[in-house]
Amino acid sequence: MAEKELTVDKKEVQSPQEFTREGPFFTPDVDIQETEEQLTLIADIPGVKKENVDIDLNENTLTINAQVEKTGLPGTALYKEYDYGDYKRSFTVSNIIDQSKISAELKNGVLTVVLPKAETAKPRKIEIRS
Amino acid sequence: MAITRFFQPTGYNRLYQYDLLQNEMNRLFDSFFGRQTPVKRTTFPALNVSQDNDHLYVNAELPGIEVKDIEINVDAETLQIKGERKLEEAEKNVRYHRQERGSGIFNRTIQLPFPVNTEKVSAEINLGVLTITLPKADEAKPRKINVKTA
Repeated sequence: MAEKELTVDKKEVQSPQEFTREGPFFTPDVDIQETEEQLTLIADIPGVKKENVDIDLNENTLTINAQVEKTGLPGTALYKEYDYGDYKRSFTVSNIIDQSKISAELKNGVLTVVLPKAETAKPRKIEIRS
Repeated sequence: MAITRFFQPTGYNRLYQYDLLQNEMNRLFDSFFGRQTPVKRTTFPALNVSQDNDHLYVNAELPGIEVKDIEINVDAETLQIKGERKLEEAEKNVRYHRQERGSGIFNRTIQLPFPVNTEKVSAEINLGVLTITLPKADEAKPRKINVKTA
């Protein structure tokens, strides 16, 4: 798998939907990996505390909503290359996911969500009897 | 801008100029009301710099980077942040649906706007955000001038 270069490109959410919280919303960079057992979703959400991450699964739509802790810099700004704002992104997940076994972990600003596949969705090897 | 203008078809030209004017107005408006629009697409990591009376603060978003993978060097005039972002090794037989997170080596050096006390520079990473605190050198601190009466 070709590796992706390090870039800075915080994409602001452009949507007609209105939010109740002020400030810009960003789309976090995400990796989605699939194995036979599970789907793993990894998202970069720097500046977010564990308790402010909200992962919601509603009718096949997985929504990640993360609120940044502090907005703004200490003191007065001299130079600014990035903005602070909450993270929001939704994905459509098919019903092959065992919704009761979803787990998530946050470490160093990286959120990892593990979505195990339902037993029926796992590939099964069929033995041929002679 | 001045050169390209002559090569545009007239209809487009007007729109284009209007666009430029609009951008300029937005920029003026934003800067007047104190909202600084950040520079788009910079090299990794993006830095925000701020100051108060005694310190200079440099912030950078470094999600997924361990403390041991960062090196910060500072001298009287420059600050260098370098390191490597390693992504966790994926298991075998993994299929990617999306791969947007980057990895690799980064190195950024910035010129400091005033001398700092290099002995007392501190840095910490919290929730994937790096904050470097650089105390100003004594000569860079603001000084109160007493006005004498004649």
